[in-house]
Amino acid sequence: MKDGFRQSMAWLHTWMGLVLGWLLYFMFVTGTAGYLDTEIDRWMTPEAPPAAHGVDPVAAARHGLDWLGREAPRAQSWSVSLPVDRNSPYLRAFWRGEDRGDRGRAELDATTGAPIEARDTGGGQRLYRMHWRLQYLPGDLVAWLISVATLFMFVAMVTGVIVHKKIFKDFFTFRLGKGQRSWLDAHNAVSVLSLPFQLMITYSGLIFMMFTCMPLFVTAFYGGSEEARQRFFDEAFSGRSEIEAAGTPAELTDIAGPLARAGARWGMDGIGGFEIDHPGDANARINVYGLYTAGPLREAPGMVFDGVSGELLETRHAGESAAKATRDVFLGLHEGMFAGPVVRALYLFASVLGTAMIATGLVLWSAKRRQNQARRPGGVARGVVLVERLNIGTVVGLPVGIAAYFWANRLLPADFAARADWEVHAMFLTWAAMLVHAAVRPRTRAWIEQFSVAAAAFALIPVLNALTTDRHLAQSLPAGDWVFAGFDLGMLVLGAVAGLIAWQLATRNAVEEGAAVSRPGRADAATVLATDESVQH
Amino acid sequence: MSRIAAAALAGYALSHVGAILFAAALPVPRADGVLAAMMFSFAIYTGAIMWAFAASSAGRAWLGLLVPTLVLALPAWWVSAGAAA
Repeated sequence: MKDGFRQSMAWLHTWMGLVLGWLLYFMFVTGTAGYLDTEIDRWMTPEAPPAAHGVDPVAAARHGLDWLGREAPRAQSWSVSLPVDRNSPYLRAFWRGEDRGDRGRAELDATTGAPIEARDTGGGQRLYRMHWRLQYLPGDLVAWLISVATLFMFVAMVTGVIVHKKIFKDFFTFRLGKGQRSWLDAHNAVSVLSLPFQLMITYSGLIFMMFTCMPLFVTAFYGGSEEARQRFFDEAFSGRSEIEAAGTPAELTDIAGPLARAGARWGMDGIGGFEIDHPGDANARINVYGLYTAGPLREAPGMVFDGVSGELLETRHAGESAAKATRDVFLGLHEGMFAGPVVRALYLFASVLGTAMIATGLVLWSAKRRQNQARRPGGVARGVVLVERLNIGTVVGLPVGIAAYFWANRLLPADFAARADWEVHAMFLTWAAMLVHAAVRPRTRAWIEQFSVAAAAFALIPVLNALTTDRHLAQSLPAGDWVFAGFDLGMLVLGAVAGLIAWQLATRNAVEEGAAVSRPGRADAATVLATDESVQH
Repeated sequence: MSRIAAAALAGYALSHVGAILFAAALPVPRADGVLAAMMFSFAIYTGAIMWAFAASSAGRAWLGLLVPTLVLALPAWWVSAGAAA
């Protein structure tokens, strides 16, 4: 009975992992990139100046208000976010009008107030958006797809732990070069090492999606109507009280007053920014908020001021409701916005392990079946071959697509109208090309060739950067420009790792080929193709 | 397969009635209860999916999910209807 249970859990683990494995891999890769979203943003806008931290918040706020006053004097609301930390390198101003589409934004130089002019790009934000919004698909479908994939992931993790009975003993076992066993050991090692992170990231991922996939709780407690739903959101996320515009113009109070009062409570560097409803109206309201990123609790304290008299009207603290605080901590942990350099590096490490967990799991699935089926008369089943090809074209092809996204950023002309969109198209076209390549080439050659392409695609990015901008390694390293230097060095590391794998595979393949056809050292395409075909049919 | 349907549908139902009762047992305002129930429901759902595939037959899988769902449905309906009123 006990073994029966473990067996059924193994079955569940295998199939839940496989069915949406490639989607999960996509989510892990783009999510990993998401932990460096602002760094990628900045690398993709090389014209923008270095981050403007440490400027006087009041002066910066005034620059933001000047821009908003010029750009949208009649907007329904203005908002200014201050350059406080790595998540907000620049002063940002944003306005919204009556209609939904009526809005505008700018990044400003915090010391001069001049708008920062940079090429049009999706940047790291676009890449991160794909983590939960994918691309080219309608929003509702995506929300459900992501929810189901995340649930599959969670079930696969729990069942994985059950299947894996000797968690610690196996952790120190690594059988290299033993086909299926090696993949299993690799899958175990990366999964166990990062298990707490993966459980946290997956469960909090579910919590992100809960209003999509568990909407009936609201119906049960509030009723099914749209008003009932709205009442729930009002109660659960009691925002500041809304007020109508009076319709009589009145001059806005000096922002220095509210900022000083908020700064007295949180410290001047604890002010994240502010929003102003109905600027220029007698009922203007200034809502100053603190940092969302002070800790894992993704909620900021707030203070609401009368926009004309400057009088403090209400104060909001973070973490007032236990249930909401639980949710906000989960979401905050998931996004890791609070993380400084060291914690961010750990986040990155754990999510790279998560990506490797998915990749090794997918490869293990096919390696196990190929090993078992190669001996039987019918050869390897078509399904296994399909999975193998999808594995190659995705595990290596998707990262190459992301490299193409960076290449497109540097190569597309700056005045090309749809350049931000074409960066994304370049990514997906490249990925598609890699999938086609994986489908038509012999299996082992496909792995080697794709890793070689990946090595070149990543390792040449610093070169491309040097040819197209003046913020290359020879400049960024001495200048201590760690965003640019770090990005370029990171690309070199990725390229080196891919190159190493390609070289390793090629060497091993040559040895195996040599043994198989007793022509040592030669692994020309024809013989590989022949052996590969014979295994397939 | 019948088990998949049991896991997806009956599991979804069980996660709802179970989490509604969980929320009702918490001494928190209604909106917080809903948030807590939503967050907790995934744990029940996961357990239900595992049960559906661990049961010795598809019939037992359905039975093991539907019986607790039906038993809990009445009190769950009662507490949530009481809260909605």
